[in-house]
Amino acid sequence: MKKFLITILLTIVFTFNVSAGTDGENSLSKKNVGEVKDCFEGINRATFKFNQTLDAAVFEPLAKAYRILPSPIRSGTSNVLDNLSNLVTIPNNILQGEFKKAGENTIRLAVNTTIGILGIFDVAQGIGLSDYEKEDYGQTFGALGVGEGCYLVLPVLGPSTIRDTAGSLVNLLGGDAWYNVTVKNDTQHFQDKDYYISRASTGIDFRAKNIDSFSNLEKNSMDFYASVRSLYLQDRQQKIVNSKTIIETQDDSDWEEIENQ
Amino acid sequence: MKLNKFLTFFIFFLINFSTISNSYSIEPDVFVQSTVNRASEALNNKFTKEEKIAKLKSIADETVDIKGIGFYTLGSYRKDLNDEQKKIYQDLFKKYFLKSFSSRLAEYSNPEIQVNSKKKLNESYTMVSSILVATETRPEVKIEWRVYTKVPTDPKIRDLIIEGLSLARTQKEEFSSIIQSNDGDINALFNTLKEFVK
Repeated sequence: MKKFLITILLTIVFTFNVSAGTDGENSLSKKNVGEVKDCFEGINRATFKFNQTLDAAVFEPLAKAYRILPSPIRSGTSNVLDNLSNLVTIPNNILQGEFKKAGENTIRLAVNTTIGILGIFDVAQGIGLSDYEKEDYGQTFGALGVGEGCYLVLPVLGPSTIRDTAGSLVNLLGGDAWYNVTVKNDTQHFQDKDYYISRASTGIDFRAKNIDSFSNLEKNSMDFYASVRSLYLQDRQQKIVNSKTIIETQDDSDWEEIENQ
Repeated sequence: MKLNKFLTFFIFFLINFSTISNSYSIEPDVFVQSTVNRASEALNNKFTKEEKIAKLKSIADETVDIKGIGFYTLGSYRKDLNDEQKKIYQDLFKKYFLKSFSSRLAEYSNPEIQVNSKKKLNESYTMVSSILVATETRPEVKIEWRVYTKVPTDPKIRDLIIEGLSLARTQKEEFSSIIQSNDGDINALFNTLKEFVK
């Protein structure tokens, strides 16, 4: 029943998004900068406020405590979580036709899980593989031309879009091997809590790495919600085009107009 | 004969003038490295926070195209401004930018930025790539500088792209959100800016 409901939800999301997002051209390259589809802004702002309260009460203190841990423990934890994320990255590399990257990430996963002791040590870094870039189903949908849809702020999980939320649902439908062996299937080796602990740790690790940037941004923003929304959407665009620079997605028409004024 | 002399002098002057102009053009990567070095010096712990902020403001005023960024961040709303409003906005934006920029940076002490490469996009723009070197508490950060190079002797920074995220675009979307939340009233943005720069 749960599977059926998720499938129905995904179908609705894609019917809505594909018709809105594909017109035969690359929507990313011509995206009108500054136009954000925030269809549920009122609800999103309320959820954002709730998340901020939750962050101040739980995640920020945990992230601060995490930062006190010795550097080798933090980097080891971060490595283990990155290693686990390969289980979602590899199928997405394949779905995006990035077979070389899929091969490299499979080697990375095998080497780090074995020689690197469950991923604690990133030994694969030293064998000449390209830098690791995480992929997820939301990015794959984006690469296939599915529009991002409306912006969403999810309780606890934070910024997303309809497309990215649909991507996350694919994980629950069997797209994440780690979820499958911990929560979905009753294996004797792992329990549900292993999955939830790893998810919570990923959040805390991310929060700890960005603690200064977040507080700086909050302090200097006149509309913090809008700033976070902009940064999230830019970040997703970058990840979908697999670009480390903004050159490909920057809209220069405004600059040209200013010069010609 | 006089005309001949004049022409000779004129040609000599033109050649020298262009040589002088060329010799004073600044390579964008050198310009960024020099700006970064100045900012690092300003963030030296021998200065008080107020001194750091004052120095950073002065550096930003010289090296950043604040007026251009101001109009860029206003997006399509700039077309609706009259001359008086443009003046008010320019003044408010400059105060806002300098305050926001300097207080953001003043938190850092001795940041080490290495300029690595540059990529000329066109006659007007060059992207300069750099990294903010990792510390014990912060991972390495990639920073790109969009340098306006139309006047090679006076390059100006127009955007900072941190890990692929454009600050100018973020600012533009923030301003747009403030105006939209107030039924398109530009005065709402002016009031918010006034409140911020107080």
